[in-house]
Amino acid sequence: MSQAVYRILRPEGRVEKGEKVPLDDSEKLVDMYRYMLKNRRVDERMTKLQRQGRIGFYIGSVGEEASIIGSVMALQDTDWVVPCYREFGAALVRGFSLYEYCCQLFGNAEDPGKGRQMPNHYGSGKLRFVSISSPVGTQIPQAVGLAMGLKIQGRKEIAIVYFGDGATSQGDFHVAANFAGVYKSPLILLCRNNQWAISVPRERQTASESIAIKAQAYGFEGVGVDGNDVLAVYKTTREAAEKARQGKGPTLIEALTYRQGAHSTSDDPRAYRQDQEVDSWKERDPLRRMRAFLINQDLWSKEKDEQYEKEVGEEIQDALKRAEEVGPPPVESIFEDVYDTVPQHLKEQLEEVREVL
Amino acid sequence: MNIIQAVNDALRIEMERDPTMVILGEDVGKFGGVFRATQGLQEQFGEERVFDTPLAEAGIIGAAIGLALSGLRPVPEIQFADFIYPAFDHIVNEAAKMRYRSGGEFTCPITIRTPYGGGIRGGHYHSQSPEAYFIHTAGLKVVCPSDPYEAKGLLLASIRDENPVIFLEPKRVYRASRGEVPQEDFTIELGKASIAREGSDVTLIAYGSMMHTVLDAAEKAQAEDGISCQVVNLRTLMPFDVRTIVDSVQKTGRVVIVHEAPRSCGFGAELSATINEKALLYLEAPIYRVTGPDTPFPYTLEEEYLPSPKRIRKALRDSMSY
Ligand SMILES: Cc1ncc(C[n+]2csc(CCOP(=O)(O)OP(=O)(O)O)c2C)c(N)n1
Ligand SMILES: [Mg+2]
Repeated sequence: MSQAVYRILRPEGRVEKGEKVPLDDSEKLVDMYRYMLKNRRVDERMTKLQRQGRIGFYIGSVGEEASIIGSVMALQDTDWVVPCYREFGAALVRGFSLYEYCCQLFGNAEDPGKGRQMPNHYGSGKLRFVSISSPVGTQIPQAVGLAMGLKIQGRKEIAIVYFGDGATSQGDFHVAANFAGVYKSPLILLCRNNQWAISVPRERQTASESIAIKAQAYGFEGVGVDGNDVLAVYKTTREAAEKARQGKGPTLIEALTYRQGAHSTSDDPRAYRQDQEVDSWKERDPLRRMRAFLINQDLWSKEKDEQYEKEVGEEIQDALKRAEEVGPPPVESIFEDVYDTVPQHLKEQLEEVREVL
Repeated sequence: MNIIQAVNDALRIEMERDPTMVILGEDVGKFGGVFRATQGLQEQFGEERVFDTPLAEAGIIGAAIGLALSGLRPVPEIQFADFIYPAFDHIVNEAAKMRYRSGGEFTCPITIRTPYGGGIRGGHYHSQSPEAYFIHTAGLKVVCPSDPYEAKGLLLASIRDENPVIFLEPKRVYRASRGEVPQEDFTIELGKASIAREGSDVTLIAYGSMMHTVLDAAEKAQAEDGISCQVVNLRTLMPFDVRTIVDSVQKTGRVVIVHEAPRSCGFGAELSATINEKALLYLEAPIYRVTGPDTPFPYTLEEEYLPSPKRIRKALRDSMSY
């Protein structure tokens, strides 16, 4: 691809010539890696859980962690995240508990979403992490409105919206980009270009030379960044955030990355793509890259691997164990939250369902 | 043969017969669709006739309308009925009205295939039954098979129909419903219901995936409650077969309507009103509706949400003892 792609870390973990590490907080650098690793281990464990038939479905982000963790960590905790379905890493960074996540996957009585949505569809008002829905692209214009609202109210927060390469084909993406440009919304549009939309490759999605370039037509900046380089994603997002906070409008960030796994547990990618392609991207794996960098900086070691893997493993195990013991939500939960109060006809319908239980 | 195979078979037969037929949609090409209904078709007919589109339902249906204007016969797939709404404007304002607004100068013979319904643990966005929106739209035909035989015969009839057709495939039983299907080309007339079970006490009306639940309920009602159900399988929801329904109601005097879509303004309401208009004096009891509640489709409690044989039998008993 002829596209300009910004990069700080080379695949083997060395800093590109002329580039600098964009932050001198070594604890935060280590955290970036720890979050990515945790994100991956959670995804792996939950995918297994689905195979064992203990949850119904799972969709993860293996290979795309840097684009998610790097971007969300460049924001303030008070900023708003408007995710699609692959950004559990962002929720983790914000403090979404693993236990609640597991409850959501089981759809049990302790799921904050009350077992109403399929796995990986959650949200948290407290964490300013907007509730996820499945329809591709709908979140983008909503995020523009959210950002416009923050601006109208004179608030200092900004918003980030996540979506895939496939989503840029939806009218909603174009409508949103146009609004964002017109209103100079304090918004970051982060496209995780993982090269595939289920079985449809990126070349089939758009004839544009890049996704980033699309922003130009809407009157704002679009930038391409190596989505497997957490430092480059971090720096690019931080700049876009500063710009948004200064009232200078939106930025489209195209994070070039790769969906290493299946689209979801319902998918079998061997039917439509070559293993070689997957392998070549695994060589540019975002975790491997950041780990090598940290080791070079003396910030990480084999011992730390062991220690942290153990810690994460136990945390996942513990959350799962507790969540799996929780029962399903009560039947009346079907009828609650449709409106602010339960209207008469729904009370009657609840009785009809109850009578035959 | 299962329903997926029957759909695939119908598509292949028609593509062989009619060189103007094309298939478009998300993942329908090389992959053969996320449910594999179009498997092997791109290989056989080429990328010009079976093609993946960018991810945009409005684009798929808008383009399908244009493909039809150019003289082709498009059969677009919408991956899940839950994702049809970005195309709603094109379906409701454009495809449905093309013939009417142009005084017949232009037409829109497209068949939109889409899997609908719950029971696959899909939550809000992989379970909806949106038939009522389309039945309500003048100019669209709405077809809903329940088994492989109907899937093949109705799909072939839909594609050959000169009107836009919404073809709702019962994904819950895509693979579970199996049956004998003739190898050859055949059609099932649109607008005609079938009697899926003979009976004399209550007319039980359903369509699509609910047929399986309803037949199960009818069997149990016979065996355990001594109630004999005449089961009407609608097959086509618009235009629907008033004659078959009324004949059955005149015989039984009692009606239970079942659908998994929410109740209010669901198709059951239209059926009920029609029966009241055409057969009021034959009724021995009010018309009962067993439907999904007026709530979004839940994830964990979907079996509680969906009409069950138990709920249907309760309605049958209520009707009998009214
Ligand atoms: C409106 C709509 N159409 C179709 C789907 C089915 N679907 C779910 S994800 C997906 C592909 C999305 O690709 P992309 O935007 O690249 O995101 P990725 O999954 O690769 O992260 C499709 C077609 C959907 N959820 N919503
Ligand atoms: Mg993608």
